[in-house]
Amino acid sequence: MAQWVNACGEDEIDEEDVIRFDHAGQSFAVYRLEDDKFCATSGFCTHENVHLADGLVMGRIIECPKHNGRFDIPTGKAKGAPACIDLQTFPVKIEDGRVFIDLG
Amino acid sequence: MQPQADAGIVIIGAGEAGTRAALTLRERHYAGPITLIGTETHLPYERPPLSKAAQTALDHPAPAIIGGADALAGQDIDYRSGVTVTGIDRAAKTLGLQDGPPLPYAQLLLATGARPRTLSLPGATAESVLYLRTFGDALALRGQLAHGIRLVVIGGGFIGLEVAASALARGCTVTVVEMAPRILGRAVPAEIAARVATHHRAAGITIIEGIGLTAIEPRAQGSAVLLADGRALEADAVIAGIGAIPETALAEAAGLAIENGIRVDGRLATDDPAIFAAGDCCAFPHPVFGGRRLRLEAWRNAQDQGRHVAGSMLGDMAEFATVPWFWSDQHGDTLQIAGLPDEGDRTVVRDIAGMPFLFHLKAGRLVGASAFGPIGKVAKDIRLAEMLIQAGSSPDPAALADPTIKLKSLLQSRVAAA
Repeated sequence: MAQWVNACGEDEIDEEDVIRFDHAGQSFAVYRLEDDKFCATSGFCTHENVHLADGLVMGRIIECPKHNGRFDIPTGKAKGAPACIDLQTFPVKIEDGRVFIDLG
Repeated sequence: MQPQADAGIVIIGAGEAGTRAALTLRERHYAGPITLIGTETHLPYERPPLSKAAQTALDHPAPAIIGGADALAGQDIDYRSGVTVTGIDRAAKTLGLQDGPPLPYAQLLLATGARPRTLSLPGATAESVLYLRTFGDALALRGQLAHGIRLVVIGGGFIGLEVAASALARGCTVTVVEMAPRILGRAVPAEIAARVATHHRAAGITIIEGIGLTAIEPRAQGSAVLLADGRALEADAVIAGIGAIPETALAEAAGLAIENGIRVDGRLATDDPAIFAAGDCCAFPHPVFGGRRLRLEAWRNAQDQGRHVAGSMLGDMAEFATVPWFWSDQHGDTLQIAGLPDEGDRTVVRDIAGMPFLFHLKAGRLVGASAFGPIGKVAKDIRLAEMLIQAGSSPDPAALADPTIKLKSLLQSRVAAA
């Protein structure tokens, strides 16, 4: 069952960038890609305990700030060593300039 | 012995470079035999946590296995742990092993790494001084870091400072002694080193710079580190992190060229076309820095070179050209360096909310970047600087100094102009 949570305003994220969102003991990374496509994944790199919001978004790839593990943002797929476990992804919708993510 | 149809690829050294090479060979669909030889008994593991999480974790630490515990399983990689190679017979293309018959190879990768430089000082013995390279070393150190003990760290380099920060977190009283005028010597710009020193001192670590050591004396409990100015630092435990020496003995005995490391070309091949070298043990020419010969002791370099050399062994002709990148964690903040700051003839400072972010230019071209602070203020821009360095760009210094101008826009404008 869908459980939409208001994460942030659209304008709080620059294009091709990412911010951190914490909710109910969980941490997420919320992304704004080109053409105002928004995405959300689990917040921490699957390789080591580092938050992806500190990493660099290039195109649709997020790179872990510490070890350069790479993930495809829309699918969460791990794209390169040392990361080998995929990120969890969450549905996103935009309403009235706000970014909602579905934790259901 | 029966002659083998294909002796395959043998890798000496099961650290980051050797293990990544083995995994990459399989990713690239190399179907021949792969033998990965390591002197330690664990599965191949990541070394960066040894000075950090392995010291501070509440639970008894386990090695962080490269690629996960199952990485080698199912890849048909013959991992031989606890095996010492005694020699390379290049004419016969065999390795001598301490136990067992000679091991043939068709191609050989030397990923032998480096070992800690040891103190040559009266009283410095295997009993009185700890070093840190292996997981076993890390456990030995961890066993010493009881709450309240006095730890003296000899050497204010990356390892020494990381150990100091970890020991402080464990409740130890920590003194770092650096013989050179300042900590973090050659590789780190003075401004950044000063910030790191200030940070450590504020956290409660004593740092002594520019004072030589004369001896280590046993005490009823622990020992004393004697300084050239007459001081004696009483210690329950002493660890030295004073640099590393590349493991070149096998290569040297086999007649391969040594030049502060095993000399390789841009593809990471030695003078013997069947033998390659990668990681901490090799000295390679870097095309981004005018062919300057580098030997890097860094996790990511080992990983990148391991991946690159696998391609070279499969016939790729590309030169290894990845810009050096390095990080070190200290008390929750991170030091990151891209490129080679010491190549620069001019430094441009960008003030990121009170944190200096340094760009190092050589004749206008960006050759390095460095910063120390919270990872959220450091990592993205260091990564972008690395890409600018890789691209050979000469950004406008005024733009570099202006924190309102995004580095990404400099990269994009360069791409757009190209």
